[in-house]
Amino acid sequence: MENEKLIPVDQFCKHYNIEFSFINTLTEFGLIQITRIEEIPCIPYDQIKDLEKLIRLHYDLEINVEGIDAISHLLNRVDQLQMEMKLLKNRLRLYENEE
Amino acid sequence: MEFIDYYKILELDKSADINAIKKAYRKLARKLHPDLNPNDSQAKAKFQQINEANEVLSDPEKRKKYDKYGKDWKHADEFEKGGYQRSPYENNSGGRQERKSNTGGFGGFEGGDFSDFFGSMFGGQGGGQRSGKVKYRGEDFNAELKLDLKDVFTTHQQTLSVNNKSIRLTIPAGVENGQTIKIPGHGNVGANAGPNGDLYITFLISNHTKFKREGNDLFSTVEMDLFTAVLGGDITIDTFDGKVKLSIKAETQNGAKVKLKGKGFPVYKKEGIYGDLYITWQIKTPVNLSEKEKELFIELSKLNKDGK
Repeated sequence: MENEKLIPVDQFCKHYNIEFSFINTLTEFGLIQITRIEEIPCIPYDQIKDLEKLIRLHYDLEINVEGIDAISHLLNRVDQLQMEMKLLKNRLRLYENEE
Repeated sequence: MEFIDYYKILELDKSADINAIKKAYRKLARKLHPDLNPNDSQAKAKFQQINEANEVLSDPEKRKKYDKYGKDWKHADEFEKGGYQRSPYENNSGGRQERKSNTGGFGGFEGGDFSDFFGSMFGGQGGGQRSGKVKYRGEDFNAELKLDLKDVFTTHQQTLSVNNKSIRLTIPAGVENGQTIKIPGHGNVGANAGPNGDLYITFLISNHTKFKREGNDLFSTVEMDLFTAVLGGDITIDTFDGKVKLSIKAETQNGAKVKLKGKGFPVYKKEGIYGDLYITWQIKTPVNLSEKEKELFIELSKLNKDGK
C-alpha cells in the first residue's frame, strides 16, 4: 500500500469539478474503495479509470447511483461472458478446419 | 460520401424543438455510450454520430446554417460574406434555386466528416452540469493485430502504425487468440492537459499449421502404419519447432494418445516454460495388398478367431 499512488478525494473532486458527496455515495455502494491516510480519504490511482467512467455515467448520462450500481453489475457480467465466449471460441477452433 | 442526416440520426422531425433534441440525444446516448457498450465498435461509431448530430442541432446558429446550407454549412460564413445564397437543392438541379427553411433538402450532403467533432467528445466539454476546465484523460484506442500462430511461438518485436504514429511493440511468445494487451499512454491526447488514453491491442491469431492449440497445449494427429502399431518400433514426428523420435509400444491402439511434456506452446510471459503436445495416433490400414499379404492376413484372422 505504501507504494501505491493515492490521490486525496478533495483534490480529485476539485480537479473533476464534482461533489464530494458523489464519491461518498459511490463508496457506500461499494463501487469504489477509499483509503484513509492520516484520516485523509484518498483514491488509489488504479481506480481513476473506473471512477472516470462512473462520473461520465452520472454527469453526462444523468444516471443515478442505483442505476450505476446495476449497470456495473451487468457490465461485469458482460465482461465475464465475453471472456468465456473467447475461451470457448478458441476451444471450438480445435474441432474446426481452419483452411 | 454517404448521406448523413442529423435529424434522422437523432430520430427527429426537422421541426423538433431544442427540448426534443436534448431528450432524443440523452435517450440515444444512454443506449450507445461506449462505457455501456464495451468492445462494440458499431455502438461507438453510432455514438460518435449522435454526438455530432447533437453538437449541430442543439446549437441554434449551427442548426440554422445546417438547415440552410446542408453539406456546406461549415462554410456558411464564407457564402454569406460573398452574398451567395446556396441551397442544398443546387447540386444536381442546375436550375432555379429556392430554399425553404426546415423542410429538408439534404440531397447533396456528403457528411462523413465526424472526426472534426471528436475533440469535444469523451468528456471534453460534454458534462453539462460541470463547468470550468476539467482535465480528462484521452480516449482509449483499440486496434487489432493479425498474426500467424508461428509468429507468436517466439517473442518478437513489431512496428505498428496507429493514427500515423509508429509504435515499436514487443509481442511476447504465447499470446492467445483474442487476448488484449494495453500500451499505456498511446491512446488519444487528453483534454485540457489531461493524461493520454491507452492503446488496447487485440491479437487475432490464425493457425495454418497442423497443430491445434488450446491454451498452452498443442494437439496433433499423426498417422502410423499398422505394422508399427502392432509390433512397436520407432517413429519420427513433427513438433512445433522440430522433429522428435518416439518409441512406439507394441499393440498401440487407433486413437491412442501420448503426451509430450514441454513440447507444446510457450506459456505467456514465462520464459522457457512450455505447455504439452498431445499426439493422437491414427493407424493406417494397409491398402493394395499383394496376394501373399492377403494370405498372411487370412492366416492371422484364422489364428485370431475369437476376435480379440
